[in-house]
Order: sequence, then structure tokens, then C-alpha cells
Amino acid sequence: MSATDMTEIAIVSFAQTNCVGDAGAANEVELIMPVVSEALGKIGLKNAQDVDFTCSGSCDYQQGAAFAFVFGVDALGAVPPIKESHVEMDAAWALYESILKIRMGQAESALVYGFGKSSPGELPIVLSQQLDPYYLAPLFVDNVSLAAMQARQMLEQGVCSEAEMAEVVSNSRRNAAANNPRAQLSGDVSIEDLLKEDQWLAPLRKHDCCPISDGASAMVICTVEKAKEWGVPYAVIRSIDHRIETHNLGARDLTRSVSTEKAAAATGVGDGPVEVAELYAPFSHQELILKRALGLGDDTSINPSGGVLAGNLMMASGLSRIGEVAQRIIDGSIQRGIAHATSGPCLQHNLVTVLEAA
Amino acid sequence: MSEQREPVTAIETPIYLKYNFTAGEATSRFLSQVKEGRLVGQRCPSCHNVYVPPRGSCASCGIPTSEEVAVSDKGTVESFTIVWIPIPNNPIQPPYIIANLIPDGANMSFIHLMSDCVNEDVHIGQRVQAVWKEREDWDYGMDNIQYFTPIDEPDVPIERIGHMPVEGWGNADSVEGEQP
Repeated sequence: MSATDMTEIAIVSFAQTNCVGDAGAANEVELIMPVVSEALGKIGLKNAQDVDFTCSGSCDYQQGAAFAFVFGVDALGAVPPIKESHVEMDAAWALYESILKIRMGQAESALVYGFGKSSPGELPIVLSQQLDPYYLAPLFVDNVSLAAMQARQMLEQGVCSEAEMAEVVSNSRRNAAANNPRAQLSGDVSIEDLLKEDQWLAPLRKHDCCPISDGASAMVICTVEKAKEWGVPYAVIRSIDHRIETHNLGARDLTRSVSTEKAAAATGVGDGPVEVAELYAPFSHQELILKRALGLGDDTSINPSGGVLAGNLMMASGLSRIGEVAQRIIDGSIQRGIAHATSGPCLQHNLVTVLEAA
Repeated sequence: MSEQREPVTAIETPIYLKYNFTAGEATSRFLSQVKEGRLVGQRCPSCHNVYVPPRGSCASCGIPTSEEVAVSDKGTVESFTIVWIPIPNNPIQPPYIIANLIPDGANMSFIHLMSDCVNEDVHIGQRVQAVWKEREDWDYGMDNIQYFTPIDEPDVPIERIGHMPVEGWGNADSVEGEQP
């Protein structure tokens, strides 16, 4: 979607929980309520009654509770009834649906949130069930093994080196320590020390893989006119686009991300300077793929939050990438940035958003 | 080229996923009290409604409900149905009664069984009380209560259902004042 002749949409608020390895007994409502009320409260709103539309992203397989997203509505104040929708995807796609809702003229404002409690299950095994149901899901091929095969192809073809992968991890930990109090993994680790660690699912080392995290994030968007009426600072969503690749991993070139390249072209990523890029790369080598697919140079600060290698809230991480960039525009530290969200094995489905200052 | 055979209409692909499921913080507190034979709800700080069992939030207001409130194991029938069909794997033989019940001191109903009653005489507004299992059988579950049974107390008028104080009819004067 380009912004031409369309309603301009603003991000006015964002909040995220800490990324924690185990949120304990907390249920979906107890995970969602604090971030929803923080995101609404930042701009003086009380509950979902104060926006025109609410959309969430989550996946019941993660915590093993059928229709958990329905219980999540208990966190919203849905009396009298509200306009609400849900995607069984990362909440970045709930944002996409909300943007369509506003552009169709059916709403002027929306609350978007995503949540995930991955700790109750074995996440890599759970994610095997998103694969093709006849050939792959019955084999329980986990997403880490698939990413490892992708990394091996890259290393064998000389597309990247193990040292470059370790550098991604080192940068993530350092950025998280400097900028992200909500991170799960942070600190100062050298490339040399990382390379000394044993391989886990070869050629991946454990630190090449994002941690498994529990938590949630929430965002409020609205038309630019509404943001002005509310009198709150905002970041403009200049463009947003998403593309998906085939289920058949054998039919894809796993060393690049054609879907991200196409989404980047459609959103005009290269039409201006990219000061910050928040990329949803659950594995270190995937950040290198995305950097190339998006045409990012060394003048772009990549994952100043640490990205998802510092904490991965499945079903909220994509929305959080967008929120991290929006936050930096809202606080005036940057003028233009991009955010990326992904879903499926080996970067199958990718969404790109360009955000700018008003 | 292989010849086309009969269409494949089913394949078996068993899926086993293991979870360490947790009930939620509010629900865990409730279930811990039920194990001790007590029903403890939570009050909304905004609309003051008391939820039993609680889920940690007021579904109407969308805010946390942290204040815990003990409610009675006596209550009132808000609605009911008589089940005449056997449900697979349900050990209870029909006809039996499933009812929406509101314990005294709470404002929202929960669902439980009614028994030890004349089914044809069950009615909205009827007063009931919990029949608990033997104490040594109490666990983290609402089935610590076997069922609710009618008690000999005056019916609650429709407009007062969901507004009875925790004392029930025992402190009838306060009924109006307790309305949220």
C-alpha cells in the first residue's frame, strides 16, 4: 500500500512487557492487561471503548489453551460490545488489518496487541505444526533444524561467515544492554568468545538462536487528524506491505528473501535515508539475509533494541519491531526508519513498514 | 506413470504436544481457596461487581480485580436447564439439572449441578446451598462441590438476584445497600 491518496495513519503509543523466559502462572489476561492499559494510558485513554477497533495477534498452540485469545478480551473492557478481530499470526498483521479498517473508513482509531506464552510447550516442536500437514508436520521438523539447514547453505555458498553471524549476536547483546531494559539477553560478549562455544544444531550455536520468551506488546494507531485532535506526538506509517513464499522449502532459495525484497520495493524502503531498522530475525544468519534484501548499508542502525535475539515474544515481536521504531520517531531521536516482521520457517512470510516523522 | 487408484480419503498423523499448563494467577488463588473449602471471588475497583470464579480482571471495565472477597456457599438460581439426553463420557445419568447460580456476596453467576431436588419444582429465584465432598477428597477443583441442593428459604425476587449480600437473607435489611 502506498500512501498516495489514502488516509494517513499515525502510531501514537506503544508499550511492551519485559521479555521473560517464564511468566509463571500468568494467564493471557494477566499478560495483556498491563501493556494494553499502559499503551492506552500514555495518551489518556482508559480502555477499548475509547478506540473504534481492536485487533490482536496470538497463537493458541503456544500455550496449549484452545481459544485463549477469546479470554484475552476480558482484558479490554468489552462492555458494551466492541468491534474486535484477531489474527492467528504475529500482531504486526493485526496492525495491517487495523490499517485496512481505518483506510476503509470504518474506524478512526485502533488498539493493536499481541501476546505469547511460549514457556508451557516445547516451542520448536510446536512450530513444526505450522508446516505442510501431509509431508512435513507429521515428521515434526522443528524450526531450529530448518534454520540450521538454511545457515549451512549460506556458509557453504560463502554468502556469510560464522564470524559475521557471531557479530550479529554480539551487536544484539550490546545494543540490548545499552538501550533495552525489557530484554531477556544482554551484555558484552566478543565475537571470539562466541565462536569458541560448541555448535548446537550445526552449524548453529545456541546463541545464534533467539531465546524463548513470554510477554506481550500493544500499540494505538489512528488517523493523523485524530492524533492532532488528541494533541499527542506521533509517527506516520508511510507504507506497509507483506509477501509470502511457498510452503515448499525445496522450491525456495533460502540464502535470500525474495518476499522481503518485494515488500521493500513496494514500500519504498530506499526512497529516503534509513536511520534505524528493526528486523525480526530469530536466527543470526537471517539478519544478514534481511539486511541485503532491504538494501541496508552501514549508515543504518540495525536492531538498536537488540532485536529478537535479545528476547522473542512470539506473536508480539513483529509488532514490537514497529513499536521500537515508532517510539524513536515519537521521542524525536530519528526522522525515518523501517521495521520488519516475519512468520513461518526460514523467513517464509515477511512484512515491511516504513515509518516517518510528521 | 502410475495409474490413478482410489482417492486417498484419510491419513493418520498423530500429533503429541506436551504442555506445562498453568491456570493463571487469579485462578490459582481461587483454586487454592477451593481446596480449603472456601469460595473467594474478586471485586472490581470500578463497578464493584464481585466475580466468582475470578479471572483477574473485570470483563466489563477491563481492569485488574485484586481485592479478594469471601462469598457464601449459599446462593440463588439465576437460570437452569433439565438435561434429558446422555452426554458421551459424562458419568451423570439424565435427567439432571445444570444451573446458573449466584453465590451470596457475588454478582455474577457460575455454572454447576443441582441435585437432591424435585426437578419439576426447580425455579428461578430458588435458594440453594453447596453439598461438599468429604474433606479428605478436596482438591483444586470446583467438583469439591458435588452439587447444589435447594434449602428452605424464601425465593429471591428477580430484581434482587445477583445483589444478595454475603449474609443472604440472614441480614435482609442490608440487601438494598449492597447493590453495586
